[in-house]
Amino acid sequence: MTASLPALWDAGVLEALVAQSASLLTLDNFWLSALLKILLCTVMLMVVSLVGGYLEHKAMGHMQNRTGPMEAGPHGVLQLVADGIKFIQKEDIVPRAADPLVFAVAPGVALVPALLGFLVIPLGPGIWAEDLELGLFYALAIGSVGVLGILMGGWASANKFSLIGGIRAAAQLIAYELPLILAAAAVAIQAGSLSLVDIVESQATMNIFGTPVSMWFVFPQLLGFAIFVTAALAELSRPPFDMPIADSELVFGYMTEYTGIKFAMFLLTEYGGMVFMSALISVLYLGGWQPLPGIGLPGCEAAAGISDCGALGTVLGVGIMMAKIMALIFVMVWLRVAYPRLREDQLQKISWLVLIPLSLANIVVVAIGKVAL
Amino acid sequence: MSITTPTKAPFGVGLMKGLGVTLKHLFKKPTTQMYPHERPDLAPRTRGVIALFDENCTVCMLCARECPDWCIYIDSHKEKLPAQKEGGRERTRNALDRFAIDFALCMYCGICVEVCPFDALFWSPEFEYAEYEIGGMLHEMDRLREWADTVPPPPALDDGADSPAEVADAIAAKEKELDAAQAKTDEAAQADAAEEPAPTAKAKPAAKTGTNVADVHVEGAGEQIDQAVYDEQIAAGKSERMARAKAKAAWVRAQKKAKLAEQAEAEADGGDGGDGGDEPAADAGASAEAPPKQALADVHVEGAGEIDQAVYDEQIAAGKSERMARAKAKAAWVRAQKQKQLDDQDGGDP
Amino acid sequence: MSDLDTAEQVLPGTAPGEDVVFELRGDADFDTAEMSLSIGPAHPATHGVLRVVLDMDGERIRAARPVIGYMHRGFEKLAEYRDYRQIMALTNRHDWLSGFCNELGVALAVEKMMEMEVPGRAQWIRMLLAEWNRVLNHLMFVGSFALELGAITPMFYAFREREDIQYLLESATGGRLHFTYNQPGGVKIDLPKGFLRESVGLVESTRARLPDYVDLVLGNEIFQARTKGIGALPPEVALAYGVTGPSLQAAGVPEDSRVTEPYLKYGEIDVRVPTGDNGDSFDRFAVLLGRIEASLDIIDQIHDHIGPGPVNTKLPKMVRAPEGATYVRTENPLGQLGYFLQSDGSKNPWRFKMRTPSFSNVQSLPYLLRGQLMPDAVAILGSVFFVVGDVDR
Repeated sequence: MTASLPALWDAGVLEALVAQSASLLTLDNFWLSALLKILLCTVMLMVVSLVGGYLEHKAMGHMQNRTGPMEAGPHGVLQLVADGIKFIQKEDIVPRAADPLVFAVAPGVALVPALLGFLVIPLGPGIWAEDLELGLFYALAIGSVGVLGILMGGWASANKFSLIGGIRAAAQLIAYELPLILAAAAVAIQAGSLSLVDIVESQATMNIFGTPVSMWFVFPQLLGFAIFVTAALAELSRPPFDMPIADSELVFGYMTEYTGIKFAMFLLTEYGGMVFMSALISVLYLGGWQPLPGIGLPGCEAAAGISDCGALGTVLGVGIMMAKIMALIFVMVWLRVAYPRLREDQLQKISWLVLIPLSLANIVVVAIGKVAL
Repeated sequence: MSITTPTKAPFGVGLMKGLGVTLKHLFKKPTTQMYPHERPDLAPRTRGVIALFDENCTVCMLCARECPDWCIYIDSHKEKLPAQKEGGRERTRNALDRFAIDFALCMYCGICVEVCPFDALFWSPEFEYAEYEIGGMLHEMDRLREWADTVPPPPALDDGADSPAEVADAIAAKEKELDAAQAKTDEAAQADAAEEPAPTAKAKPAAKTGTNVADVHVEGAGEQIDQAVYDEQIAAGKSERMARAKAKAAWVRAQKKAKLAEQAEAEADGGDGGDGGDEPAADAGASAEAPPKQALADVHVEGAGEIDQAVYDEQIAAGKSERMARAKAKAAWVRAQKQKQLDDQDGGDP
Repeated sequence: MSDLDTAEQVLPGTAPGEDVVFELRGDADFDTAEMSLSIGPAHPATHGVLRVVLDMDGERIRAARPVIGYMHRGFEKLAEYRDYRQIMALTNRHDWLSGFCNELGVALAVEKMMEMEVPGRAQWIRMLLAEWNRVLNHLMFVGSFALELGAITPMFYAFREREDIQYLLESATGGRLHFTYNQPGGVKIDLPKGFLRESVGLVESTRARLPDYVDLVLGNEIFQARTKGIGALPPEVALAYGVTGPSLQAAGVPEDSRVTEPYLKYGEIDVRVPTGDNGDSFDRFAVLLGRIEASLDIIDQIHDHIGPGPVNTKLPKMVRAPEGATYVRTENPLGQLGYFLQSDGSKNPWRFKMRTPSFSNVQSLPYLLRGQLMPDAVAILGSVFFVVGDVDR
């Protein structure tokens, strides 16, 4: 891919960051492959998020003894599309006391990181935009930029409820970024790489006393998995950690004053974040696109690892990854349906007094295991 | 032991139970009623809309006086009736010009229905009469009369209920007639006897004696509908019941108009559609001017409560609710009986 | 407000009044700006138009002032110009979640003044419907309290049960919220056929569904962490504020008019009054669920007692209460409802004073909210059960 990089980017740094594994999306023509990659991220954000949103509507509806949307399209499949059209039509209201520029920019600041995060997520054998050496680092870093947008929106709205919501979101981010990173670090230690593709591949080939064993990281790191999922929920402000929105206390938190397309962008950020975090969890702990531990996709050549499968294997791999994402989203929805909300100080206590010590212990155990085995 | 008695459970059990309850419901059938597609089957006593049988109204004004928020508007004039016997006195009575209920003000307490001494007001469970403009909530006499077609018979009372003396007597008398009638009709006509409502005097206003205006009589009112109006109403998204009622009214109006023209007999002042001019727009397709409201006939039919099984089956096949079908079938039976009586009187009039 | 070095910062463009003033004042160890936050009159947590003005230090509440009256409709004055039949239609609207119990109070007051004998069957029917109304009301609060803590699901389950009960009551009274079924001397018309059979079945199905709420809400560790020890109301404070109903019973006082001063036929049956120990939000919710269970037990007993007979007495053309005054108190779902009725012998009451439970319950809010956190304030607002129409009347 470096052959056609513009001179500005061709500094060698980027090249060094890009890992060995080749992406199917990287073509000879730079512009064409760039287009494909942009398409991948956009589809993940705009389409998969909507599917996740539909899943939330329906699963939540049926768990609550109702049907969810039924009118727009068969069984309401087009409900979110209709909602999107509605949001576009709505009046864009900016409060008089608001800071108009920050108010307008905030949804974008929140949305763009959610879009960029998908750049490094491997969706199937050979299906990823970039395989960065620092993929995991990049994913976690870009994921935490979004809170800036939330903070900006909360502050610029000139509304006390928005402000409290924004502050809560920032406090939550600080508290939960740490266990999230520490849990992910344990995975990186075990995989021996920060590249997300390498992490997936290493879950197919793990050596215990010299014997290759296929094992998803969720088994040796069940504790780390629990910590990561909890922290991810808090980072996404999903119930039971949705204090920044807390609709019964703060009206709608930082989104209170937003209407129309800006509001839709915040909502899309939330659902895009859910998809992103679910994808990250599947990559880190659930073996990425592998159907079952120890069972590879059809058509994968042993020599190229599991990243080069035939057409059938690729399609199947992407399907399996999507199924895992949806299953994780379902779990998030399930938790939302079943649980009330925690209090902000309880949330902080859980993070600092429970999750962080546990994740440190987890790292120690994993590191010892890595050296010993 | 109460369900709220605290139990000691290890941490996490409560969280798991919460997940369990919600998962259990995921596989249950939702209770959602898909409203516009699926209509609620409301109880007969439901206070949905107030229907007016204007032929029963004597303009006593009790309802308007008792209404807590004064939402009933009544106008009337006095008219003279010729002496019934040779040399008798002329009688004066009140003729109803306008009867309107403003449902935007109404608080649905039902006091007007309760106080009406002549059974002119009834509750109907119909509820779909929302309007885009508040003025549309003012229902004039003709619209209130249309609701009357949708009034269900009152439900039977609980076994322990103590009926008032006059109702008890009426029930006894009717039961005797019913027994006689049952012998004649097919056994199958008695579908679902448990739900057969007690044929009290209030049950069937159409079968009342002593209706006072009967100038033009239209045969077959009720069975015939104006198909064009019906289709138009259905196309306008009205409920089937409503469309049928409107179409029926349109047919009757057209028939009456024709008859009136035939007789070339101008009514003196018997009400010239002077209902305040608020004829609903949906009604306009039927006829430009509404002829005076008339009762079907002052023919009294014994044993109202019988049903016409053919009509009943037809209604059920058309997807009507059992209540509606029963009401229609009963009405059809009453009409048929009336027709028979009339034929007997007229000696073979078709 | 302190007179320490205060610096005011006014946000431009917002509405006038105390809400826009940020006042800086010294604190013992940490200097923070005090913020005045107005919850309501249109806010999701107040389900109605109650307004609570909070003086906040961060998320900590320094003082709380409930501002009531946004929904004042002048029921007491209105009642002076309505006859007794019309008053029934009015009173089932001040606390719209307990319409039947409200009209029952008026009927009892008028009957007491007219020294009317009410047939036994009518009394049992009144009790039956009043208890169903109580279940209906409590289910609403079971759902809304959980909703305020962020649990959305109990609301939907509660509305499923409410729908079944409302359908049952509609078949008898014709109304779903505003029943208008009482009249002086009894009820308007007897129950329809099959009502009692359905009622028996509904008791069973409702009782079978109650464990769902225990599993989903009461037994949930997050719920317990949010409510245990939050907003504790000691019995003496509760009594001083005139708090009644589930909130008082949660504080451990078994006060219930149905037991302490039985009306209708409550003296003939066994009425269980669940009580709490600490009077905190958790206990209030537990008592609420316990009251649903107790009401279902009462309904079972009523089914056994209800016998044949007339349901009303012959009334004069215009009901006129004789000259004099009376006070009738009944146990409404939310607490003690009192009607003071003074008549000059005409068809209208000369004075009609309401003592509504929600009004007194809301008075305890400043005590309860002081020193709490903002999220707990919502938990407390949801657990001091009130209906704003009942507060403002």
